[in-house]
Amino acid sequence: MTPLVAFLIVAAMVFAIGLAIALTRRNAILVLIGIELMLNAANLNLIAFWRFGSKPEALTGMMFAIFSIAVAAAEAAVGLGLVIAYHRHSRTTDLEAMTRMKG
Amino acid sequence: MSFVTTLDQIFVLLQRWIAGFFPLWLQPAVGTILGVVAIVAAFPGIFALTTVLERKGLGRIQNRLGPNRVGPLGILQPVADGIKSLTKEDIVPLSADAVVHFLAPVVLVIAVFLGFAVLPIGRNMVLADMDSGLLFFFAIGASTELSIFMAGWSSRNKYSLLGAMRAVAQMISYEVPLLLSSVVVVMITGSLSTVKIVEAQSGFTGVFPHWYVFTPWGFAGFVLFTIAALAETNRSPFDLPEGESELVAGYFTEYSGFKFALFFLGEYLGMFSIAGFAITLFLGGWGAPLSVLGFVPSWAWFFVKLFGAVVFFIWLRGTLPRLRQDQLMNFAWKFMLPMALLNLLVAGAWRFMGEGWLRWVISSAVLLLAYVGLGRVLMRNQHLGARSYRYAE
Amino acid sequence: MISGIGIVFLLTAALTVAGALAAALLRNLVHCALSLTVTFAGLALLYLQLDAQFAGFAQILVYIGAVAILVVFAILLTRGAGVQEYRSYGSRWFGSLVIAAAVFALLTWAVVKSLPAGGAIAQTPSVTVQSIGAALMSGYVLPLEIVAVLLTVALVGAVIVAMPENKAKAIVEKEGGQ
Repeated sequence: MTPLVAFLIVAAMVFAIGLAIALTRRNAILVLIGIELMLNAANLNLIAFWRFGSKPEALTGMMFAIFSIAVAAAEAAVGLGLVIAYHRHSRTTDLEAMTRMKG
Repeated sequence: MSFVTTLDQIFVLLQRWIAGFFPLWLQPAVGTILGVVAIVAAFPGIFALTTVLERKGLGRIQNRLGPNRVGPLGILQPVADGIKSLTKEDIVPLSADAVVHFLAPVVLVIAVFLGFAVLPIGRNMVLADMDSGLLFFFAIGASTELSIFMAGWSSRNKYSLLGAMRAVAQMISYEVPLLLSSVVVVMITGSLSTVKIVEAQSGFTGVFPHWYVFTPWGFAGFVLFTIAALAETNRSPFDLPEGESELVAGYFTEYSGFKFALFFLGEYLGMFSIAGFAITLFLGGWGAPLSVLGFVPSWAWFFVKLFGAVVFFIWLRGTLPRLRQDQLMNFAWKFMLPMALLNLLVAGAWRFMGEGWLRWVISSAVLLLAYVGLGRVLMRNQHLGARSYRYAE
Repeated sequence: MISGIGIVFLLTAALTVAGALAAALLRNLVHCALSLTVTFAGLALLYLQLDAQFAGFAQILVYIGAVAILVVFAILLTRGAGVQEYRSYGSRWFGSLVIAAAVFALLTWAVVKSLPAGGAIAQTPSVTVQSIGAALMSGYVLPLEIVAVLLTVALVGAVIVAMPENKAKAIVEKEGGQ
């Protein structure tokens, strides 16, 4: 097992746990936490491939990861703003109660 | 080596001599451990002296004596404080979240001590010469906000939570001017490494040093950085989160004994590290103020400047009234952020105008105009009357 | 800095995965947010082991210094820190767990099968902050500007979305009246 494979397996584990959080938990904020974990796992993949790849001097992987960090922060802000706005309207953050558009 | 150089490098020589007793592969680790031990021993010692200096200084400003019972002139007061905080009962509220309550001061102290790793205390005397040292310092500073939130929330106390929210909002708001005013220095130096920033300020023209604070953009950046640093460490006049007359003690209301002492230590050490950082960025780090004074060791200059900064902070605490939360936020977002952005522009223009008197005049004029103009625009809606004084009889 | 799978890597990886698991399993929301912070710190340490210093410090500054605090503030503002009236796990938790496990199995199989076994450990790339700055200003200037616009839009959008309705109406009326 090369170091690259080890890093990729760690990233896969964090991604799977993030996916599990986003799919199983009922609170809207925890879903956003799961999404952040998935984005972080993808970043780890990018940096691992950059380090063990063919041309690390081109900095492609690191640049991609830095932009991904910035975009993830922006998305977290907007997502949490949405959750706060919905809570103000209906006093709950329970995803199973957010069924107004059903049927 | 001459006597002056030996005195200047005495700690480095001492470190190498002690590390020489160990096998070759262990020497870098031993050298680093010695540096860590020196920092952990020196700065809490300075903290102890600062507590007594602050209490006596504040006392004199407020027309009273400070502590004067323990030791001559009250100098041994920190010893009494230390014994008290170690032997006091550690009370944890029943409904408090025990794990988070315990971890909050630990996280704060760890984060604050980590920040000392990139300060160049003297020539060749930096614990970790990193390529992106400035970014490391700010990243670690951002982690202290989380520990304050942990402290406030885990106490399950209204006042603690309110103090913690205020403190975190304040620290986040002032982080932006703090970073922007230090980006100016990075722009002109061309490097994020603290060692290179100090070396870029170590030249002299005639007798006067090339410190960045003596340039228009550097002076503006220094003022902005100092104000933002005061707000980051929750120091007066920005100490609403721990205002004793307002919130009992803010986010560390429910802490007693040794944990309270750790918070206190963390706050003061944070003040030292950010003052040391301001000295590194703007005041020339370990450089002497006049070229004829170069025989004084570099680490002595650093500590003299640090002492001056600490005295200035204590003076500000005793003199200025506290800012209200909305005044604080207004000040950060509506005044300091535009000034910091304008400072970036001015520094860029400075760099690309040639040498000579023209760039000094234009930079100073633009900054002064912006300061006066922005101040007047923001104060337009406040109708303050003429000042009236009431003297004590 | 990496020299095979050493003890440092194993400890850091264990810390990261433990933090993620704690975020999945804990009941109290604020504890979940704090273990998320531990995961972020573990990931930053992994980046530092991969010689990506800038990315590691940026991760600490942005994720721990800003995103974690944002999450915690959102939890407090939506009263998630108190007693929760509903159960923690959704009604279809078993299917979701199966899907997550399947995704993990697929990814691991793809990683282990497709790479040549015994790849050489590459030399440490010399990446200075100056080269990152030069790259940002020359090759990546368009993504930089777009990210700047995106962040401004997200900032304004988040403020407007989270604003109370009467205040938003007052602003709209004031703008429309002029």
